[in-house]
Amino acid sequence: MKKKLIREVSLEEAKALKIRKKVAKEVSVAIADAVAQCKVDVISAYPITPQTHIVEYLSELVNNGELESEYIPVESEHAAMSACIGASAAGARTFTATSSQGLLFMYEVLFIASALRLPIVMVIANRSISAPISIWNDHSDVMTMRDSGWIQFFAENGQEAVDLIYHSYRIAEKSLFPVAINIDGFILTHVIEPVEFLDQELVDKYVPHLKMNYKLDPKKPVTMGAIGVPEIYTEAKKAQDEAFNSSYKIIINAWKEFEKLTGKRYQPVEIYKMEDAEVALVIMGSLTETAMNAVDLLRDEGKKVGLLRLRLWRPFPLRDFIKAIGKVKAIGVVDRAVSHGATGGPVGIEVRSALYQSNKRPKIVNFIAGLSGRDVTVEDFIELFERTYHAIKTKPTFSYKIYGVKE
Amino acid sequence: MRPELQNFKGFNLKNLPEFDGFAPGHRACQGCGTVLPLKLALKVLGPNTIAVSATGCMEIISSPFPYTSWRIPWIHVAFENSASVASGIESAIKVLKKKGKISKKEKINIVVFAGDGATFDIGLQFLSGALERGHDFIYICLDNEAYMNTGVQRSGATPFGAHTTTSPSGKVIKGNVTWKKNIMGIVVAHNIPYAATANPAYPIDLMNKVKKASLIKGPTFIHVFSPCPTGWGCKSEDSILIAKLAVETRIFPLYEVIDGKYIINKLVGHISAKKDLLGKYGEYVLKKKVSPKKPVEEYLKLQRRFRHLTPEQIEFIQKKVDEEYEKLVKLSQIFGIEEE
Repeated sequence: MKKKLIREVSLEEAKALKIRKKVAKEVSVAIADAVAQCKVDVISAYPITPQTHIVEYLSELVNNGELESEYIPVESEHAAMSACIGASAAGARTFTATSSQGLLFMYEVLFIASALRLPIVMVIANRSISAPISIWNDHSDVMTMRDSGWIQFFAENGQEAVDLIYHSYRIAEKSLFPVAINIDGFILTHVIEPVEFLDQELVDKYVPHLKMNYKLDPKKPVTMGAIGVPEIYTEAKKAQDEAFNSSYKIIINAWKEFEKLTGKRYQPVEIYKMEDAEVALVIMGSLTETAMNAVDLLRDEGKKVGLLRLRLWRPFPLRDFIKAIGKVKAIGVVDRAVSHGATGGPVGIEVRSALYQSNKRPKIVNFIAGLSGRDVTVEDFIELFERTYHAIKTKPTFSYKIYGVKE
Repeated sequence: MRPELQNFKGFNLKNLPEFDGFAPGHRACQGCGTVLPLKLALKVLGPNTIAVSATGCMEIISSPFPYTSWRIPWIHVAFENSASVASGIESAIKVLKKKGKISKKEKINIVVFAGDGATFDIGLQFLSGALERGHDFIYICLDNEAYMNTGVQRSGATPFGAHTTTSPSGKVIKGNVTWKKNIMGIVVAHNIPYAATANPAYPIDLMNKVKKASLIKGPTFIHVFSPCPTGWGCKSEDSILIAKLAVETRIFPLYEVIDGKYIINKLVGHISAKKDLLGKYGEYVLKKKVSPKKPVEEYLKLQRRFRHLTPEQIEFIQKKVDEEYEKLVKLSQIFGIEEE
């Protein structure tokens, strides 16, 4: 029987605490503040644009004595994740943040962090990957770690990014899996937003002290990172996979608990005007707010369009997704990364695969848009909706299309 | 002298620690000169130690799930990053002590065991970062002079002329064409408080060095010569003999660098510079018993990896080994000698 690592907070307790106050902050700074509220023990990070503000601010908090943490200014992202692994294995709450090439440089150890079941929390300020080198936003970086066994969220705005920090520590430490919070580089990281923080008292209840049952402790020696010979490797992976899929419940429970505390409701798939929608776009991250405007405009014209946003990307919320699509006739999946030579963008492939065994079989078109910070405007979304409408009546002639390419 | 070493008394055959942190039944080859220093180091460090292993022979032979040789907390993450993992562990322990989650009185040693490939080559950046940041940990490089775990490929630590599977003794190119990388020089350049070379043929010396490294606060480094019968093509019963010859031929000198000051633990052979030119070192030489120098050939001939060497190549090695040794002597002259 597994010990309960986190104490449940009752509704009465929550009500007794004041929770509402908004402050205008750059989202990166707000994220750092939320991390500090979670009383992180070890921060280990390497600078890369557009993630830098988060860790700069954290180091400021540490050096000003406002946050009791060890800040390790490592010499690379690979070392950043490696140090998080070491610190987490020793029983510390850890944090790192990265982007783009940095994420790719730590790629090897991402898989090890999850297989060693270490509750590391990382923010990825999403940025395109080289070549050509570009610092602007898309989802090419994080899509490479799709299969790494990290729980992965996509935030739509700064408030959500802050809330996801609280959620992530609770979820990571209960599920013993690392969590990546994706926020769009520049579009979110460098924008000033009114943000509401939880009161410290509430954070302490929602994210209590970390107590790991297995850690590097001379009083109770354990061997971590042993060899998995062929006789055991499959079983080890099966165990990891089962545990990873069951983290879904932990995520849902963490969000239910958060709702009790704050009244704010979080779910794996967010929907917008989907009740009677015929056509929907599937989208992730900050573009959603632009797409909502397009939905409103098209609804004014009487077109039954809606939006689906994946907040939870891994584990993929299959049932929520199938439920959320309602009775749409066509889905346009907006990917923000290219999967060269594949049958679609990463999200497109996932959506097609998710629906294959379902009774619902809407037409699916897959767009790749907004690469490297290319604007996707309200007009563009109207165009994407129209193209998706068009797909209802036609046979799809392409597996995916890179949208908005200059002729 | 470092304040931490003021009460340090060396080990002798009568006061060896009983603790054995590394259980028998592991899968190391016969005559393995790598597992021996590892075992000795754990003996010194005791149960209050957390070990990090880089991927390599020692990691493979010690942890085939569900078995483990490690009687202390141990973690293996990857090939190159053990210094970073140790950085994380050290920082965690430091902050958890501050926050009262771990008793402040508890002294926990953090030790890395990494091979030459993991240290000289793929992990050099990680090692450099950890040394420069000043984490309080011990890095022990178990140097068997090639990638033995993957089948004896050349590394930056492979000596000149050695046959490996990627520096074969071919018809035109005869073995490894480069000189062994000076890892001690690189490490010492980080101005860490303690760096030393050690060798399983001198177990008490090795244990004393591990003890000193554990007492000294800050990053410490021990470069351990680790004979590998499988990779070197020598008899398994000759491991220690070869290790001893490496010192007696000046190929692997035993020395320490404490706060930048050099101590040569075992002086070998006549120092070619004139006594009056040696300055302070001249006095040092007079006080010390200088062992006779053996020709490098005695060392080389016991190992199949060197059997193709021509007399010219051997002559070159002899010359270069002596040059390197005298460089070390000059370093100790220039930078002064730490009182022992």
